Amino acid sequence: MFSMLWIPVFPLIGFFLNLLLGKRISKLGTCLIANLAVFLSFIWSLVWFFKIHDYPEQRITLLFFDWITVGQFRMPVEFVLDPLSGTMLLIITGIGSLIHIYSAGYMWEDKGIARYFSYLNLFIFFMTLLVLASNLPLLFVGWEGVGLCSYLLIGFYFNEETASAAGLKAFLYNRIGDVGVLIGMMILFTFFQTLNFAELLQKINGYPVQTSWGLLTLATMMLFIGCMGKSAQVPLFLWLPDAMAGPTPVSALIHAATMVTSGIYLVCRLAPLFSITPITLSFIAWIGVTTALVAASIGVFQRDIKKILAYSTVSQLGFMFLALGVGGFSAGFFHVFTHAWFKALLFLGAGSVIHALHHQQDIFLMGGLRKKLPITFVCMAIGTLCLIGFPGTSGFASKDEILYVAYLSDPLLWGLAVLAAMMTSFYMVRLMTLTFGGTSRDSHAFELAHEGPYSLTTPLVVLALGALLAVKLGWPAAFGGDNLMAHWIEPSLHYGQSLVPADDHGSHSLALKLAAISTALGLLSASGAYLMYRRGNTIEVNFAIKWNNIYRWISDKYYLDSYIDRFLILPFMGIGKALWKGMDVILIDGLGVNFPGALVRVAGDLGSSIQTGRVRNYTLLSVLGLLGMMLYFVWGS
Amino acid sequence: MINFLGVSMLHGNLVGYLLVSFTLFMIGLLTILLRRSFLLQFMGIELMLNAANIALLAFGQWRAEAVHASIYYLFIIGIAACEAAVGLALIVELYRLKSSTDSDQQSSLRN
Repeated sequence: MFSMLWIPVFPLIGFFLNLLLGKRISKLGTCLIANLAVFLSFIWSLVWFFKIHDYPEQRITLLFFDWITVGQFRMPVEFVLDPLSGTMLLIITGIGSLIHIYSAGYMWEDKGIARYFSYLNLFIFFMTLLVLASNLPLLFVGWEGVGLCSYLLIGFYFNEETASAAGLKAFLYNRIGDVGVLIGMMILFTFFQTLNFAELLQKINGYPVQTSWGLLTLATMMLFIGCMGKSAQVPLFLWLPDAMAGPTPVSALIHAATMVTSGIYLVCRLAPLFSITPITLSFIAWIGVTTALVAASIGVFQRDIKKILAYSTVSQLGFMFLALGVGGFSAGFFHVFTHAWFKALLFLGAGSVIHALHHQQDIFLMGGLRKKLPITFVCMAIGTLCLIGFPGTSGFASKDEILYVAYLSDPLLWGLAVLAAMMTSFYMVRLMTLTFGGTSRDSHAFELAHEGPYSLTTPLVVLALGALLAVKLGWPAAFGGDNLMAHWIEPSLHYGQSLVPADDHGSHSLALKLAAISTALGLLSASGAYLMYRRGNTIEVNFAIKWNNIYRWISDKYYLDSYIDRFLILPFMGIGKALWKGMDVILIDGLGVNFPGALVRVAGDLGSSIQTGRVRNYTLLSVLGLLGMMLYFVWGS
Repeated sequence: MINFLGVSMLHGNLVGYLLVSFTLFMIGLLTILLRRSFLLQFMGIELMLNAANIALLAFGQWRAEAVHASIYYLFIIGIAACEAAVGLALIVELYRLKSSTDSDQQSSLRN
């Protein structure tokens, strides 16, 4: 009855019901099925979550059946529920439920609502599978599945060319990463003969730390490349801003709260493995901080409200990887948790604004909306405070923990991260001021704007409360807190093994000092942004005119897309064209197919030219043949 | 007395008969190859048949088994008459159909 298998199976049932019956049942039925599926999954997750504590080592392992068994390779459908996967599970199904409710309101007018909800349910299925998997291949099934759902949902408005192109882009970028995961898995298998997390990490126990390059370092590096694709890290992050072409609730669920954090989940899951490969770890840290900086700086000059949030997500994912890279696994994961709340909140708030303004996404054409959308304004303000790390909020707790562990590892990392955090404050306050503050810059849309139905506002309020309360779970020890979350997921990070201990030479006073500096700088840039944009966008417009080159360079993602076009896509198209013209047309089509055909044709033409249809010719031929036979019989033999 | 002519003429003169037969055969063959009228070609076929018959009789006499060969010859002549009737009927029918007996034009089976 309360089998753990139901957690992924409920959304799967919802997926099939909406897929097969979507056109026959009413909109309300569709919404009910989808919402019920996720909500039941959430209830089951809660029930199981509270059972974790009763099990030894706080880990529940349930084997359902063996899927693939080839020689030593074994891939069972086996779930493992421990604090780490349990917390992820609650994020996925809990925030997932809220976003399903929101979607019912947001997508109500859309004709493809059944298709939308079936994809969304399918996503929940694959995501829970990813999180619950007890071995890498099964995790990879979920990993690919969420990629597929992401592709389907980004390209949901498939009759718009930008949307389907964005879906394709996301898919291709993820594919690059997936190759990395596959290679990493193969190396790990040849190394340890198992891909089960528990067995794998048991074998790592007592393994020497890999200070130089080796197969193990390569394996973790490859796994991290997969995480770079999935979690939009620096070279492979360009798909995430484009992914905003999908419906806004999808951006909130998949491209902010859950799917993009699966890279962090994977690294946390294999934390002991990553801990013995310090080369990979420092690579992760530097990639993370670079991502945080690059994405935040691009976000400063974006005009599309969703694009700003997308770059913000990329930047925050960079913060999480920075934490993982310096060994602060619990700090990174706590940021996943808090970020899921406030970023989903911000996205849904943005969706509410877009809904109110009839699909207007340009913040330069907004303004003064605090009077029209009071609930959205308050909720988004809470989300913004969390994101910029205002003291006392959940974002403050998690981000300062990250900055602290970064400082302990390398003060330079800390400095760069603080710079990124300052930019975060800047663009978020810019977004809020331009959207809600001042007076409207598009009076027509402003007049028509009104708060959405309850299905839109309720999830916003719940998420805002969640974003505020999340701080209870991880108030850092330096501020007299108990860091609940870190202690809670500790056992699953160790997985019964001992992590390489981070040399903790920090102290509470140092943490306080660092927090004071970073918070002061963040608030400084926030108030700077407020002063700049208080009276509308004129300062930025003037800047854009005066420093047009720089402005365009940064806001167009440093032209990275066109470099990729020029140096990767065009050469590949050239290779493809050469193979097509050279191999395909000449060798296969020409020599392989058309040449034998032409040969047969020529032979046929020759034979057919004898068949003139004239009796005299036939007679002559048969006489000649007879003559030939006679000559053969007389002299031949 | 039946043999009288044959024996006296044929002994030692086989080649002469075969030459006659060969000449007749070539005339028939060339008629078929060079003429385009079905009637003439049909005559050519009859000539060739008769040439073969002459060769048969000549060899029969030469091997002194004339009776067998002569009986065969009579049968062949009889059957050839039937065959000629069939062939002529076909030609008449063809003429009714196409109003021509030109063999080169009867090539509708090609293409």
